[in-house]
Amino acid sequence: MVRLSVNGADRELDLDPATPLLWALRDGLKLTGTKFSCGIAACGACLVLVDGKPVHSCVTPISAAAGKQITTIEGLSPDRSHPVQQAWIQEEVPQCGYCQSGQILAASALLQRHPHPTDADIDEALQGVLCRCGTYPRVRRAIKRAAELVSQRVSQQAAQSADPMADAARREG
Amino acid sequence: METYRLTRRDFLRLSAAAGGGLLLGFGLPGLADTAAEGSSAHFTPNAWIRIDPDGQVTLQVASSEMGQGIMTGIAMILAEELDADWARVKAELAPADPAYFNPLFGRQATGGSTAVRGYWTPLRTAGAAARELLLQAAAQRWQVERSTCQASNGWVIHEASGNRLSYGDLAPAAAKLPVPATVFLKEPEEFVLLGRPLPRLDTPAKVDGSAVFGMDVTLPGLLTATVARCPTLGGKVRSFDATAALASAGVKAVKQISSGVAVIAEHFWAAKQGRDALRIDWDAGPNQGLDTKAITAEFAKAADSEGVVARSDGDIETALKRAAKTVEAVYTVPYQAHACMEPMNATADVRADGCDVYVPTQAQTATQDLAMRLTGLPRERVKVHTTYLGGGFGRRGDTDFAGEAVECSQAVGRPVKVIWTREDDLLYDKYRPATYNRLRGGVDAAGRIIAWDHRIAGASIRSQHRRGRVQGETDASNVEGARNIPYAIENLFVSFAMYNPGIPVGYWRSVGSSQNAYITECFFDELAALAGKDPLQARLELMDGHPRHAGVLRLAADKAGYGKPLPAGHAHGIAVAESFGSFVAQVAEVSLDRGRVRVHRITCAVDCGMVVNPDAIRAQMEGAIAFGLTAALKSEITIQDGHAVQRNFDDFPLLRIDEMPEVDVHIVPSREHPGGIGEPGVPPAAPAVANAIFALTGKPVRSIPIRLG
Repeated sequence: MVRLSVNGADRELDLDPATPLLWALRDGLKLTGTKFSCGIAACGACLVLVDGKPVHSCVTPISAAAGKQITTIEGLSPDRSHPVQQAWIQEEVPQCGYCQSGQILAASALLQRHPHPTDADIDEALQGVLCRCGTYPRVRRAIKRAAELVSQRVSQQAAQSADPMADAARREG
Repeated sequence: METYRLTRRDFLRLSAAAGGGLLLGFGLPGLADTAAEGSSAHFTPNAWIRIDPDGQVTLQVASSEMGQGIMTGIAMILAEELDADWARVKAELAPADPAYFNPLFGRQATGGSTAVRGYWTPLRTAGAAARELLLQAAAQRWQVERSTCQASNGWVIHEASGNRLSYGDLAPAAAKLPVPATVFLKEPEEFVLLGRPLPRLDTPAKVDGSAVFGMDVTLPGLLTATVARCPTLGGKVRSFDATAALASAGVKAVKQISSGVAVIAEHFWAAKQGRDALRIDWDAGPNQGLDTKAITAEFAKAADSEGVVARSDGDIETALKRAAKTVEAVYTVPYQAHACMEPMNATADVRADGCDVYVPTQAQTATQDLAMRLTGLPRERVKVHTTYLGGGFGRRGDTDFAGEAVECSQAVGRPVKVIWTREDDLLYDKYRPATYNRLRGGVDAAGRIIAWDHRIAGASIRSQHRRGRVQGETDASNVEGARNIPYAIENLFVSFAMYNPGIPVGYWRSVGSSQNAYITECFFDELAALAGKDPLQARLELMDGHPRHAGVLRLAADKAGYGKPLPAGHAHGIAVAESFGSFVAQVAEVSLDRGRVRVHRITCAVDCGMVVNPDAIRAQMEGAIAFGLTAALKSEITIQDGHAVQRNFDDFPLLRIDEMPEVDVHIVPSREHPGGIGEPGVPPAAPAVANAIFALTGKPVRSIPIRLG
């Protein structure tokens, strides 16, 4: 038995500890948002966040992920409200959609490190995530928009907590 | 308004849907009857439109959604003529059914950029007929003349009385009316939805992991299979030892199927481990020892022998003798893989009484035909469920992976999903054919291009099973983009010599134009240089009678600032191509950075006739450019010992985000019939970049992928 913490829930899996995390998620836990494409950590379709950092689940044995916090696309938000998902919708990024879980998770990890990423930051963080449909120009725009959405949320929260009436209204609402 | 009279061919069928709604579809008689009886509230095969009493409008999309946005495009066309409330429109992927045959194909398939082109009139007619029925139902309810009622945004309105009824309220009554003999189609000026950049219906499911691709299908009792296929293409299993594979944890069965040996297991990892443990003795077959060098040599021989004439204007030999200057060149393009991000896969559940295939396919009818052949079941018992496609690009027009799933399920009597690894995907692709092209051209003393001689040699997709040199036979897809160049050159000769080496080939996004546009547009620049002319001017001078080519060229050049100064070390290259009923020109701004090609920007102009969704057009141009640049700059398939050398993304690299140029897309306003949009952006990308490199270095780029030095 291997214990994994996936999207905030503890899960037990009766699988060989050498099984790649990708297949444990997909076949064991039926979390199919994480995609198989190359199997050799060369395309990024299988990216998940492990303790907040992007990791290629296709080459990570579950034994190496035990005890760590794993976030998949399904766990990024319950309702597509994560700023990266919102930006992705606003910019109409996906085409076939198959690589998009990896793109979105790589982008969200980038924004954690760099709240205002430059083009060079985006190139560095996303160059390992391949998209055969060529959604790259929109990926770039959506990351910048997501950065704006995060700043807006932060400043709104700051404004609300600075305003006692708004704070009270929020508590009642 | 345009009047459209329904004929018997349209076979419009109207029926009451489960729950009292309206169901309207095209169908062949026998099959439509079964749809009309359909009692399931969830599934109404054979219909394009369902309107529920609560106002929900559900549209069936017969085309495959592989990223091109067709689900939304088809829904927009239907909803436009229906005057539906877009917020209440839902699209579903239709099952395989003759009711959904694309008029351009005579079967249900997605390819050749035909979805909008083929379904445009049937969809509009279906939408307009449904609107007419709703109007009639409202007129009857109010006891007023039909002509005094109007449809708008999901409502029928009677202005004089101020009465209004929703489509949902009217659907049960409308379903009982006879199908109208005549419907009215809108003029483009009346379009409310078409031409607007509406958000794609599939976007939300593609940002939260909930979109179901073929890879994600799950069924009770589902097993997973991987298949070991002969390392030499075209080889066969001689014998195999499954002992170690069967002993591997989770492996349930090892079965020989048509394509090799299938290891069927509880889940993918077990199936893959099991496959690794198989011992197989292969009969390598006829391709043993075959390599790219030998194939190229055969192509060269074929190019020098007599081909089948595709076009012959004037007298090429005399013109070449008469020319003041001539140039000769050999252009080659390699095999290319489709490399869809979702590797090939399919799920089948074969039972004594029926078969269900869940598959990311571009070929519903062919999949159904294959499953019928393999199982012996009649058409109505073979259901094909199309999932989302994680890329298609032509690869999923083949059915090999679906056949494997059906065979595996038959072999074990349980539902089985066959999953290909990336290595399988690249090694057993149906590659874009490699070709070899011998060109000669000439200009006269006045600098006019007077001679164009293009002899193509390569494999045919359609006739690939006839091995070796096939005399006297041609294939239109090998000369598309070559015989229809838009230039008025008096003496113009194009021929094709077929040589089929035995490497499986298939349709690859934009097919023959993907290579021929590169070859012809680059050779044109060689001739323009010989004539001492600017490439744009030289093109425009010879484009009489091709206003749509000239239109996109001028627009792209204008928006790119063609001819204006660029940063030092940068150059523009320009190219234009017509394919699948659309016209695309691209201007690439390129520099060379320590021997590396950098594409800074591509300015793209497209004329695809009437526009369904401009944002989808932009997305398709952006994506097609990335696809074209991968072939121009990055990837190729080479053959060694009868198989591809490249196995994964480490040696078959795709364009990355840091290599993606900025792309500006400009759409020509038009009232022409819609053209295709999934493919036509690919052909100009490679020649635009190659022509910029020619402008920078003075050396023509005669093979792709481009290797400097």
